[in-house]
Amino acid sequence: MSAPTHDLGKMHGGLRLPAHKRDATAGPILDIPVPARLVVPLEQHVGTPARPVVNIGSRVLRGQLIAAPAGHTGVPVHAPSSGNVVAVEPRPVARRAGGAAPCIVIECDGEDEAVPVTRQANIEAMAPDELLSRIFDGGIVGLGGAVYPTAQKLMQGRASNVGCLILNGVECEPCISCDDVLMRERAAQTISGARVLMRALRVDTCQIAIESDKPEAVAQLQQALDDVADERIRVRQVPTIYPSGAEDQLVQLLTGTEVPSGGLPTDVGYLVQNVGTAAAVHDWIVEGEALISRVTTVTGDGVMTPVNVRARIGTPIADVITAAGGYRGEPRFLIMGGPMTGKSVSTDEVPLEKATNCILVLANLPSGGAEMPCIRCGDCAAVCPVQLLPQQLLWFARADDEQKLRAFGLLDCIECGCCDLVCPSHIPLTAGFRKAKGRMRELAAEKARADRARRRFEARNERLAREKQARDEELARQKQAARAAGPDAIAAILARKRGSSGDDSK
Amino acid sequence: MWIATVAVIALIAGVVLAVAQRRLPPAESDVVEQVNELLPQTQCAQCGYPGCRPYAEAVVDGSAAINLCPPGGDETVQRLARLLGREPLPLAETAVEAVAVIDEAACIGCFHCRNACPVDAIIGAPQFMHTVIADECTGCELCVAPCPVDCITMRPTA
Repeated sequence: MSAPTHDLGKMHGGLRLPAHKRDATAGPILDIPVPARLVVPLEQHVGTPARPVVNIGSRVLRGQLIAAPAGHTGVPVHAPSSGNVVAVEPRPVARRAGGAAPCIVIECDGEDEAVPVTRQANIEAMAPDELLSRIFDGGIVGLGGAVYPTAQKLMQGRASNVGCLILNGVECEPCISCDDVLMRERAAQTISGARVLMRALRVDTCQIAIESDKPEAVAQLQQALDDVADERIRVRQVPTIYPSGAEDQLVQLLTGTEVPSGGLPTDVGYLVQNVGTAAAVHDWIVEGEALISRVTTVTGDGVMTPVNVRARIGTPIADVITAAGGYRGEPRFLIMGGPMTGKSVSTDEVPLEKATNCILVLANLPSGGAEMPCIRCGDCAAVCPVQLLPQQLLWFARADDEQKLRAFGLLDCIECGCCDLVCPSHIPLTAGFRKAKGRMRELAAEKARADRARRRFEARNERLAREKQARDEELARQKQAARAAGPDAIAAILARKRGSSGDDSK
Repeated sequence: MWIATVAVIALIAGVVLAVAQRRLPPAESDVVEQVNELLPQTQCAQCGYPGCRPYAEAVVDGSAAINLCPPGGDETVQRLARLLGREPLPLAETAVEAVAVIDEAACIGCFHCRNACPVDAIIGAPQFMHTVIADECTGCELCVAPCPVDCITMRPTA
């Protein structure tokens, strides 16, 4: 039985792209052995990097806290396996496109010894608030790729009285299939995680959205759902259109409600979580295992066998690829993420992170051709899922016209890359938008700094004026007092002064 | 009848006012505000005016050139030129982004720098060591000259 698809809302634009997923979903999830060395980045989430709480030389166990959350969007980091900490230093990471960021390096001892865990089979025994803080302790972040801290997102959802949880199993980007196989193999855990999330969020409805090209996943989830007989959860299929899995677009598809510009799905009463996140929540709350591993897709024409693997966080990409079958020929291009939104990295030393949903190795980059002038065909506007005008934005970006960019909604661009793909002149629009967004952020930071300096300057001027006024008033008061006391008192004061300092008499 | 007349007059007046608001040049104080918005608010007085707002006023009334703001750089000159419809000029003097740093071992606690700081980014008390709140320092250099023991240096941030 599968959910009907006729009651869906509409999404603007989008593209039907070749999926390239069949090879990797053919077999089961392959478990990658624990490597000799784990490189665990301190910043694997949106927000402040975690603060290391272990020293070089200390022995850590699997699941042990090795870095504590810092700041209000902090997330803890746990040791993915047992071993000794050999370094805490900057290492190349994918988030910074191959640039370095602080990591904890663990020399694994191969025993994979775990810390004692607390299991909680009956989630009904835990209060929603307790669940929330426990989810926070598990280091759980959104595994769809955005890695926003899950506990903080749930808190935001509660603050804006969200009525429905949406589990995102759409996975619309070509080549990526980690959510698909996860739903097939771990359907029960996904449903269990969804129930934990619903309880933590205090909502009574949940929709699980899956693309129509994943019938096996739909069947497995439906089966798992029938087993637990939970009528609050519904599986729904959405059409296979990229980027229907983008958060705002998915909400619009499922509910017909458009997320306002600059807003979040929570503003319209929905909270979206990835299916992988739900499974991770189950693993942590019910099984007691923190987020120390994830499923990721290894694919592309540069690997021997496209496959989905489960690997420990911090496993170097080179080790993942070797264990998954190795490179085919000379690897040319390594991309973390999918072909549309992934980040190209220059070395396979970078570790697998919580964000890594796909490792794409390409022997050749598909080249569209040389860039040519815009012919104003308007194809980009037709496919833009956010209903922006990419060609217009490009002019403004080139003219560095910040106001116009803002007015035309550049900040709502989700960088899906659809406009690039349809542009007959092969203009790299998305790259231009990414740069323009960075520039806008820079300008905004500069502006904020200037505003603060101005406020401080004005406050200081006010303070000086206040002090001067107080001084003047005090002088006037003294003068008044002296005058009121009469000439005799003044003479007495003068006499006293004359007495105390001889030459001061006039 | 007279209700309709009043309504028509009000409508015409409304349209005229709306058009006027969009088309006519804005009041001078608004322009000063806009120019002030574009300035970096370092309050460094390197333009020769005692702060960003006075310089903004001078720029608008025409007594100051638009290229006198070193911390703002060429970009600010460009933006001012665009806003005011004037010719962009090359920057008269260039500046490097920096923060003031007090050599705390050498500081004698004279309080002169604190009094010079336009944004209250120096903390301390007379006869006690002073220090700079780096996040609030605008790099204006106004504290460097008053220091009697020359213990303040400008450290480039970029």
